[in-house]
Amino acid sequence: MSAMTTPFPNTPGAWNLPSRGKVAMAGLIIAESAIFTIFVVAYLFYLGKSVTGPTPRQVLETPILYTICLLSSSLTIHFAARSLERNQANRFQVLWLLTVALGGLFLYGTGQEWHRLIYEHGLTISTNLFGTTYYSLVGLHAFHVTVGLIMLLIVALFALTGRVGMNQSGRIAVLSMYWHFVDAVWVVVFTVVYVLGR
Amino acid sequence: MSSNAITIPGSQIQARPWVDELHQWVTTVDHKRLGILYMLSALLFLVIGGVEALIIRIQLMHSHNDFVSPEVFNRMFTMHGTTMIFFVAMPVLFGFANYLVPLMIGARDMAFPRLNAFSFWLSFLGGLLLYFSFLGGSGLYGAGNAPDVGWWAYAPLGARAFSPGHSSDYWTLSLLVSGFGSIGTAINIIATVLCMRCPGMKLSRMPLLAWLNLVMGGMVLIAITPLSAAQIMLLIDRYLGGHFFDTQAGGSAVLWMHFFWIFGHPEVYILVIPAFAFLSEIIPVFSRKPIFGYPVMVAATVAIGLVSTSVWAHHMFSIGMSSYANSFFAITTMAVGIPTGIKIFNWIGTMWGGRIQFKVPMLFCIGFLFQFLIAGLTGIMQAAVPFDWQLTLSYFVVAHFHYVIVGGILFAIFGAFYYWYPKMSGRMLSESLGKWHFWLFLIGFHLTFDVMHIPGLLGMPRRIYTYEPGRGWDTLNFIVTIGAFIQAIAILVFVANLIISYFKGAEAGNDPWDAWTLEWSISSPPPAYNFATVPTVASRRPLWDLKHPEDPDSRYE
Repeated sequence: MSAMTTPFPNTPGAWNLPSRGKVAMAGLIIAESAIFTIFVVAYLFYLGKSVTGPTPRQVLETPILYTICLLSSSLTIHFAARSLERNQANRFQVLWLLTVALGGLFLYGTGQEWHRLIYEHGLTISTNLFGTTYYSLVGLHAFHVTVGLIMLLIVALFALTGRVGMNQSGRIAVLSMYWHFVDAVWVVVFTVVYVLGR
Repeated sequence: MSSNAITIPGSQIQARPWVDELHQWVTTVDHKRLGILYMLSALLFLVIGGVEALIIRIQLMHSHNDFVSPEVFNRMFTMHGTTMIFFVAMPVLFGFANYLVPLMIGARDMAFPRLNAFSFWLSFLGGLLLYFSFLGGSGLYGAGNAPDVGWWAYAPLGARAFSPGHSSDYWTLSLLVSGFGSIGTAINIIATVLCMRCPGMKLSRMPLLAWLNLVMGGMVLIAITPLSAAQIMLLIDRYLGGHFFDTQAGGSAVLWMHFFWIFGHPEVYILVIPAFAFLSEIIPVFSRKPIFGYPVMVAATVAIGLVSTSVWAHHMFSIGMSSYANSFFAITTMAVGIPTGIKIFNWIGTMWGGRIQFKVPMLFCIGFLFQFLIAGLTGIMQAAVPFDWQLTLSYFVVAHFHYVIVGGILFAIFGAFYYWYPKMSGRMLSESLGKWHFWLFLIGFHLTFDVMHIPGLLGMPRRIYTYEPGRGWDTLNFIVTIGAFIQAIAILVFVANLIISYFKGAEAGNDPWDAWTLEWSISSPPPAYNFATVPTVASRRPLWDLKHPEDPDSRYE
């Protein structure tokens, strides 16, 4: 499939090519990074340009706990993928479910924050420029977390029914690339929204 | 090396019920069929976009014409631009990439065949969405109306207050959807080139077409996505009450311009790099010489790809940027001319001293060389900021970018059709009809777009639905319109050639042009599996090695 060794004569040695799954995921990550860059630029460009309140300083609280959740899920998925490569099925399942739980916790955190902003501070996407840019940027990230979680859950279901083995480790590695990307984007979004933006 | 591919008799030619046949085409994941579907959809939209261009030209034929109303005129130029860029140029180039890249690198299909089909149908759906606006632009119960905000939909024109109804939504959604299709195709092309090459096909031995499409794929990833992001923002503004481009709430119209042109300018190179790729394959074959300066060609392409991502604001000199920004974008814009110039010299270097065969594909490529050079020169003229201040938004600009897209890209695409049609259909395109097509199109093109520069210099703004008599624009516009009709006739000759030759053309055989890349080693049209045995290559011209075992290229690598 990916790295193939040719059976044909006159071929100089083994013919190794990169895995198409990884290359494609890298391509998707580049494309997604460009989309996020545009949203981040819009957020930074509109900082402090809102005509009315509330402002980020008034209403935003730094979600440190949930950030730790998401970032540590990068660790758990990394070790999950590694244990699958070493054919440690139980360890893989536990770490994988832990990743799902941490990702879910992060989404819950985002939901709670939005609930608070909407019901306590009356900040919606149409309130002012801050609302527009904040909900789009954080929402775009949350959307990617959701998509990632759905894929993680599908794998979890297959794993629990015992259908994920060592021969799927290549696919799991591709999926974990995506999850690492979602985490890396959060580092940028966190810095922009909660550190620089306040 | 599998030059004599196996053709299984009767495997392809048996007549099936047309419903079966249609079903096979709709559900196909074969890169060759998808490539052809891309091209057919592009040809369909080319005719539609061409009719829109003719309506524009009839309206501008003389002063105070009232062939169409101002509203219809606005819709026509919006639809013409959007259609030609997103639903003609991109699909046809993706079609060629789809068809040729796997064949040229000795693969049996793209890396992700189903993603490939998905991407095509997304792009096609995008086109249908755009044209559905004619029916549903004001909601199904109201009268339809197509988008009329220009192909770049500058804020606040795209805002709900200034563009009520759904026409702009169809525009937004169609670009968003076809944009996702483009991203899928780009990922597929990149993965195919990097991961599916046949043994021995090192990156340094790949045909330039594969190399250039790899660069094009990379550019799609970073240039189409800003447009998608901007369209998402526009949708948020229109449907969720956001304020991204709402100046009354502190939003910025200029930000939309930046986002649009961060996409818009690299887009030109996304279109022209595959055109370069066609030239880099066709010119060597008809000059009977290997390409001159292969590594430099690759380096120049990568350089164009990199530099062209930092030139976008030369579309915005007139909005009042700082002089530093103006200088930066003027310099980067002029800098793009350097790698592009290198490429032109390399093609000429390939032709130099060659035994040139003036077949129709070569004629179109030579046309490209002249016209693309002139287009580049008027581009450099407009990179000079004061000159641009004078001429931006005039017909000079319109003439310039049509020179690039029609005189450059479309000529290369026609050349590619004449060159690869025998491979795709098994029949040669008629040379005599092809020459008619070439000369008619050449004359029509120059009548239209050479002359169009002059009303621009005389101050005629673009996007006006009519003009006052006595400004010296009438005769010029009349000539431009005549040229447009000559081009339309040439396109009809081309379409007729495609259809007639499909049934009556001479049998092409495997290798009608005595060419050197792998796609010519298999039957025409190629079997579904492409290569009966996966080929092995030892040089940049595997078929040359095969035909000249006494003096193979591989000896000199």
